[in-house]
Amino acid sequence: MALADTNSVITDRAASAGLRRRRYAADLRLRIYGIAAITVAIGMLAVLLGTLIVGGAQAFVQTHIRVTFPVSAEWVKADDPAAGNWRNVVRDGLAQVFPDLSAAEQREVVKVLTNNAQFFVRDAVLANPSVIGSTITLDIPAADPYDQLNKGVITRDTAEENRRLNDQEIQWFDTLVERGLVSKPFNWGLIFNSNSRFPELAGLKGAIVGSFYALLVCFLVSFPIGIGAAVYLEEFAPKNRWTALIEVNINNLAAVPSIIFGLLGLALLIQTFGLPRSAPIVGGLVLALMTLPTIIIVTRNALKSVPPSIREAAFGMGASKHQMIMHHVLPLALPGILTGTIIGLAHALGETAPLLLIGMNAFITSEPGGVMDAATALPTQIYIWADSPERGFVARTSAGILVLLAFLIIMNGVAIFLRQRLERRW
Amino acid sequence: MFGYLILTILVFTLVAYFVGQTAGRSFALADRQTHSLPGYHGAFVAVWVGIPALVLALLWVALQQPVIDRLVIGSLPGALTSGATPAQLSLILSEIKNVAAGQIFAEPSPDVKAAADLYVRWQDIARWAMFAAAVALMLLALVIARSKLAPRFRARTGVERFITGMIIFCSVVAILTTVGIIASLVYESLEFFRRVPLHEFVFGTRWEPQMAIREDQVAGAGAFGVIPVFTGTLLIASIAMLVAVPIGLFTAIYLVEYANENVRRVVKPVLEVLAGIPSVVYGFFAVLTVAPAVRAAGGAIGIVMSPNSALVAGGVMGIMIIPFISSLSDDALKAVPRTMRDGSLAMGATRAETMIKVLLPAAIPGIMGGVLLGLSRAIGETMIVVMAAGLIATLTFNPLDSVTTVTVQIVTMLVGDTAFDSPKTLAAFALGLMLFLVTLTLNVIALRIVQKFREQYD
Repeated sequence: MALADTNSVITDRAASAGLRRRRYAADLRLRIYGIAAITVAIGMLAVLLGTLIVGGAQAFVQTHIRVTFPVSAEWVKADDPAAGNWRNVVRDGLAQVFPDLSAAEQREVVKVLTNNAQFFVRDAVLANPSVIGSTITLDIPAADPYDQLNKGVITRDTAEENRRLNDQEIQWFDTLVERGLVSKPFNWGLIFNSNSRFPELAGLKGAIVGSFYALLVCFLVSFPIGIGAAVYLEEFAPKNRWTALIEVNINNLAAVPSIIFGLLGLALLIQTFGLPRSAPIVGGLVLALMTLPTIIIVTRNALKSVPPSIREAAFGMGASKHQMIMHHVLPLALPGILTGTIIGLAHALGETAPLLLIGMNAFITSEPGGVMDAATALPTQIYIWADSPERGFVARTSAGILVLLAFLIIMNGVAIFLRQRLERRW
Repeated sequence: MFGYLILTILVFTLVAYFVGQTAGRSFALADRQTHSLPGYHGAFVAVWVGIPALVLALLWVALQQPVIDRLVIGSLPGALTSGATPAQLSLILSEIKNVAAGQIFAEPSPDVKAAADLYVRWQDIARWAMFAAAVALMLLALVIARSKLAPRFRARTGVERFITGMIIFCSVVAILTTVGIIASLVYESLEFFRRVPLHEFVFGTRWEPQMAIREDQVAGAGAFGVIPVFTGTLLIASIAMLVAVPIGLFTAIYLVEYANENVRRVVKPVLEVLAGIPSVVYGFFAVLTVAPAVRAAGGAIGIVMSPNSALVAGGVMGIMIIPFISSLSDDALKAVPRTMRDGSLAMGATRAETMIKVLLPAAIPGIMGGVLLGLSRAIGETMIVVMAAGLIATLTFNPLDSVTTVTVQIVTMLVGDTAFDSPKTLAAFALGLMLFLVTLTLNVIALRIVQKFREQYD
């Protein structure tokens, strides 16, 4: 528009000044649109990370209650402590804190502690059997509603019928606080516990181990195959229709939706080959097929960047083509290949949809012992928690995401470090 | 047992390497003209010892079970097997296996007991036979390969030929993956179309897959018309593109034309972080933060909207795709030759005029390619819509309504109760096939456009 007008000579000073103003205004507008777009993108990232950190921070601490349990010989026999009546031991422990409650109230007050309190007491006593007949003092995780109360998620000014804790229960908790029995230490259980039905006990250990196994399988399969394929395509392949087909194929595989790989894993690996459902080996193989195109592409780029002088020098010394590649080109390209591989693995770590289809979203309360055991992975664990109705899992989900992001940051950091320290510029 | 066998093969391979290497050294020491270095002699023997044994072991493990099953069935008295359907046979077989594994629930019949004993014995025999066969094969290979070694023997050529074969196999894996995807999708889809006619699937306007898997379940009769699912997918993907394309494109324009080095150094990594966040995180963000906020905003201006509206899922998906669009547009704009840009600026055009009249028209094919790739991503994206979009397929283009997508349906139909012969689970594969074809078409067109465009200026 503005340019077309300049074809005719403008004599009027005012008109030309107006035209210039309009053109500069258009320039400014485009600049403002750009700034606005970038602000929106960065703002969204800030909101995303902000809500995760605010929401997840409280899951990194966990309310514990210190109770002294009388381990009476009546409930726990010294010759077979594992078979003891631990439920009664827990009840007695709380009865000492709240001595003047009716039997019905005593049954209620036990729920201040996590449902699995009896197992905590049992394990502590089994580790130290000499306390049978005397007492043992333990910090037991509080049940989820009390944990939420302590963290201020359940507020006291909500009407009693809309609250998960009634006034009586809040009063019990306040008594515990008054006596200095309530503490809020760092929640190591988040990382070192496996999944649980109870939010206060649920942790990520099983998911972290499962993700580790899946990534290990993924790496062991995709790294050698990816390098092999890239070396062939870059160094040996003749230019014909067959190799062109392979190249088109690899580019397309890189853009196939991840859920399709899940369908492949389900139909081929589980149905046809009979590999176990939910196992990290299936997840790892599926992720390997997804990561393969990435590794091939970065390896080819790394091979391309090794200068011809190196190759010619190797040939000049009498090396065969294989020797030239294995002894000189590949070692020089390795830092670039590793960088790309780590970034590809980081991507695989966050991948969720294919793992859902092969059943890595099962409810599993122990960590897998090997690649054939049923397991969950970090992203699928996050998905399971995000779907759980209990209030306590909301914070856990955010905290789980923060842990996942921390792993991603570490992996990408290693990749950047490798790129800066090892990669050679020619 | 298999683990021990693999270990044995590894040990034999290592021994073979040293045998070959020692032979190679002796040739070199004898000061005769040798063709290959000692290491290649070693590698040659090792390859011949290790690889055939490994292949044998893998084949054996794959084939052992079916063969033994067949043998056990054959050993059963005719009264049990005659006239039995394959399903009944497999039931008997699994009973035998349970008994063999010591899991006895009721007192088994003497025939089954005898078969179980036989099963255990044959498995034992098969295991030892595998071990013996592998060791014999390795010893034989060791002797033959060693006898081939000589000073003028071309061990290096042999090893290199083997490596070439291996890396050709590696590059074929990519093809095999595609073939595997297509084969498994097509196979299950054909099974599905045998039950639900193709025209009903493609042109049907009702999608109600909640049909009974077992006899006693209360459920609908099932309707598999893909149109509402497909329009839902398109609606969400369009919303995503409406968010991502302007923001991504303007970001790229600013970064290419206006931003100085410092701004670029900050913004680019931020965009990479945005691209690196897993989609399950975006899904959680959509459910927890965006959906309530958008609903509250809608409520404030008097609009009632569904709790899992297409707007929220599409909007959050758009945020996820921003970095994708911006980096591809950035590449396309940068690929325009510098002379064109400098020429325009030298003629007195402002930067906006240069961008809109010179750079953008020249870069439009590349940008279009990027947009198409982004669209294909939006259609195939799973986790955001699984968490934030609806489950019920409604035929609507209202962004405030709840719609479902192809990927949501695949996940809901396959997670949990999977019986592989129900139309409900098979429908997931038909949807998968459709998704694969659509995204493949988009990708091929996009890559073609991008490549054509690149060639223009090269």
